[in-house]
Amino acid sequence: MSLVLEGVNRTVGGETHLRDVNLTFQRGEFNVLLGLTEAGKTTMMRIMAGLDHPNTGRVLEDGNEVTKVPVRKRSVGMVYQQFINYPSLSVYDNIASPLKLARLSDSEIDRRVRTEAERLGIDHLIDRLPSELSGGQQQRCAMARALVRDARLVLLDEPLVNLDYKLREGLRSELRNLFADRDTVVVYATTEPEEALVLGGKTTVLHEGRVVQHGVTAECYRHPASTTVTQVFADPPMNLMPIQVDDGRVKVEGLFDQPLPAQMKDLVPGRYTMGVRPHHLYVTPGDDRITMQGEVEVAEVAGSVTYVHLAVNGHDWVVEERGVHVVHPGERFDVHADLNRAYVFDSADQLVAAPQQ
Amino acid sequence: MEKREYQWAWLMVLPVVLVVAFSAIMPLMTVVNYSLQDIFGPNSRFFVGTAWFTEVLRDPALHGALIRQLLFSAAVLLIQIPLGVGLALCLPKKGPWVSVSLVLLALPLLVPWNVVGTIWQVFSRPDVGFAGVILNGIGFDYNYTGDSLDAWLTVLVMDVWHWTSLVILLCYAGLQAIPDAFYQAARIDGASRWAVFRFIELPKLKGVLLIAVLLRFIFSFRIYAEPFVLTGGGPGNATTFLSQSLTTMAVGQFDLGPAAAFSLIYFLIILLFSYVFYLTILNMDREG
Repeated sequence: MSLVLEGVNRTVGGETHLRDVNLTFQRGEFNVLLGLTEAGKTTMMRIMAGLDHPNTGRVLEDGNEVTKVPVRKRSVGMVYQQFINYPSLSVYDNIASPLKLARLSDSEIDRRVRTEAERLGIDHLIDRLPSELSGGQQQRCAMARALVRDARLVLLDEPLVNLDYKLREGLRSELRNLFADRDTVVVYATTEPEEALVLGGKTTVLHEGRVVQHGVTAECYRHPASTTVTQVFADPPMNLMPIQVDDGRVKVEGLFDQPLPAQMKDLVPGRYTMGVRPHHLYVTPGDDRITMQGEVEVAEVAGSVTYVHLAVNGHDWVVEERGVHVVHPGERFDVHADLNRAYVFDSADQLVAAPQQ
Repeated sequence: MEKREYQWAWLMVLPVVLVVAFSAIMPLMTVVNYSLQDIFGPNSRFFVGTAWFTEVLRDPALHGALIRQLLFSAAVLLIQIPLGVGLALCLPKKGPWVSVSLVLLALPLLVPWNVVGTIWQVFSRPDVGFAGVILNGIGFDYNYTGDSLDAWLTVLVMDVWHWTSLVILLCYAGLQAIPDAFYQAARIDGASRWAVFRFIELPKLKGVLLIAVLLRFIFSFRIYAEPFVLTGGGPGNATTFLSQSLTTMAVGQFDLGPAAAFSLIYFLIILLFSYVFYLTILNMDREG
């Protein structure tokens, strides 16, 4: 099936949660909903599920309008941040609960519950209570409950947030396989760019209730539509700096004045915003690299990578460099950039130049 | 080195040992002392073994008080727990009415116990009391000072008025702690209101209900001031509960030996019931 949101708006108490959302989700697709906290991810999911209704706009399932159809008449499975299971029911009965409410036969329920528990690797825990499981197992149980009914729409609202790092990676890598052969629209909300990239599929980037980009995940990452996307869909976010283009040169007052790199050749003269990813800034000079001076604000050593936060010409930048580099706040620091790896956004905040792959 | 640390640990525990000794063990041992001896004065005491216990256990007046007490506590739990849970479910979850209703509910809990008795004594009087006059006005022959059943019901209603708020407030706090996602998940499953209560709210309230049942059982089993003020234990001995019998025995008749034995039995009954409630509620989730 397909799920279409058409001109959806939602306002609660004068506060806009969603603004003019137009989206189409196809069945069999894995969709990531990426946005910071309060971006409208949960609101959008609640509208998709039928838990809430839009103020204006329509929701269509396979072309049929379902905007006002209540959730119990739809076919939805949902997994939350918190591990939501019925506390007094065993894992088996928890997974069986939506099937019992759908009045399936006992043998059919038994078959489906066992299959689903096995796929999620909790078949040996089937007689336990949720409180007797670890966090990861509780979330697996909740996922089995959401998947067992073969719902037409499955919504996962930051399901891995409350799990520790190792469990999160394990479950995340299983997720794509869990949905691989299902005829479902899957929507997965997250705040983490890395999670979107690992899960792949398609990504919708949300910001302050608006859809700022929608497309194949890798494509969205390689060609962020606006500077807003570069702040949401990258961690640490892309470094931005206003630049001036004219006479075949790109310059920043007091910082650099260079001939235009290849991807900027077609730009008409004027003011733009340049974006450089933190891992395209270096601490060592090189042939194609220009040098800028900044002042260190803070440096974080995260294992094999060091993040140096610095002020360059009054802008907060982050340099991501392999290895451990000891730098101290207040130090003068030379940062080297390859302009061939720079993005350029025009004054209307549209992407006009991207590095050549 | 290790040995010194060990001795330090004892020193640190000492204040607690002293506090517990003075607050619990020594008074309790005094009672045990009295229950096993016949004491006339500082230097004349006789060991009587279990004689006081036998006497107390064979006392028909105390049997009557025990039965009344058990019936009363059972009625209190059967009325106040379901009523408290039900009313907690009806309270608003957010908005300006939350604080209004919580304050109103807390009011009865702030009234001193003997004042509660006085309030209801006046409130229920058939000649000038609001409730008494109305009940008689609509045709009931209601008189709590003369009729045993009327007196009993008045004490029960008074206790419901006084203490149901506690159950409501506890349950309300428990309900507020349930994340909204549980209710959403139930809506998505298509669960009925009853199923939401039975499979989400009730199990989540288990811990709170345990506290509510224990507190209500213990308080109601020890009830003293309210019926004492309201009816003085009458008419006859219709509303004479255990603690009033005990007071009469210890303070009124100065039978310290039997009273001490009685106190210990009283204490053990409360301990036993509390333990049974505790186990029952803790194991509730294994069924169904």
